[in-house]
Amino acid sequence: MVNIRPAVVIPAIVFLAITAVFGLYLYQIGSGQKNISDLPSALIDEQVPEFTLPPIEGMAGGLTAADLRGGVALVNVWASWCPPCRVEHPILMRLAREGVAVYGINFKDKPEDAKAFLARFGNPYRKIGADRSGRAAIEWGVYGYPETFIVDRGGRIRYRHIGPIMPRDLETTITPILNRLAK
Amino acid sequence: MKAGALVVLSIVAAAALSGPVSAVEPDEILADPVLEARARDISRNLRCLVCQNQSIDDSNADLARDLRILVRDRLVAGESNDQVIAFIAARYGDFVLLRPPFKPTTWLLWLGPGIVFVLGAMATFVWFRRRAGDPEPPPLSDAEERALGALLDDDGRG
Repeated sequence: MVNIRPAVVIPAIVFLAITAVFGLYLYQIGSGQKNISDLPSALIDEQVPEFTLPPIEGMAGGLTAADLRGGVALVNVWASWCPPCRVEHPILMRLAREGVAVYGINFKDKPEDAKAFLARFGNPYRKIGADRSGRAAIEWGVYGYPETFIVDRGGRIRYRHIGPIMPRDLETTITPILNRLAK
Repeated sequence: MKAGALVVLSIVAAAALSGPVSAVEPDEILADPVLEARARDISRNLRCLVCQNQSIDDSNADLARDLRILVRDRLVAGESNDQVIAFIAARYGDFVLLRPPFKPTTWLLWLGPGIVFVLGAMATFVWFRRRAGDPEPPPLSDAEERALGALLDDDGRG
């Protein structure tokens, strides 16, 4: 009869616990629920950064921090040269049609290219700020494109989505958050 | 064969003796060498979030270049190293720092290996003390002694 010594049992339990946690993570990554390179935004619950962006040359508008206060807003960082932006564009169009206030930060794009993109695929944005240098995006802590932020009516960033918004993301996160903030 | 070996040796020597590689491009380098040295130092401790396992000093990513230029701009504007780092960490989070700060959320990260080592040492110590306390095996009976002697003698002759 083997003596069950605590010195043996405790490391075994710790090992099993770690295995269980890692197993859970592997499952989540494998099924696409989690992406380990997605980072939480450092700006969650902070006020939107102060910024002023001119409009895309030849268009009206421009975007400032003040535009994002007073109502629930979706801020989408996009560029014409970014393929995933093209992929998520129909979803942004749909959100705009449903009445969501979608704003755009056009990142390091030539005006002609940006305008051609919008002419071809539609313009869901109420206002667009042209960030030609990329400095405004750095203020938002953007590191991958596209990124989408949800801002509440007090001007606080409540959520950041990294990568294109896929239909599943719409169902599981974006729409619930928008509904919750709209109350 | 000898010439070939010499060629290989020269290539290896050249590779080993060449300076550390970085992704800094000539148009980024500041005129002031002191500021440039500070910029390089800061950059080596900031993670490039696109690749996530390189510093912005090493990475060729667009974002790395943007951040390298941002670091230099702020240094030229007169900020201290800590201020520049704080500016970037405020926007990108602590994960951007290749040297994680020592705060309650990272205590386990910093102290973990030490704690595990101490636990392992304690467990090893306890285990050896128990081994020493194991009872001696009972002595052999006469019959067993003679059988053992016969076996050993056999071995000696064979």
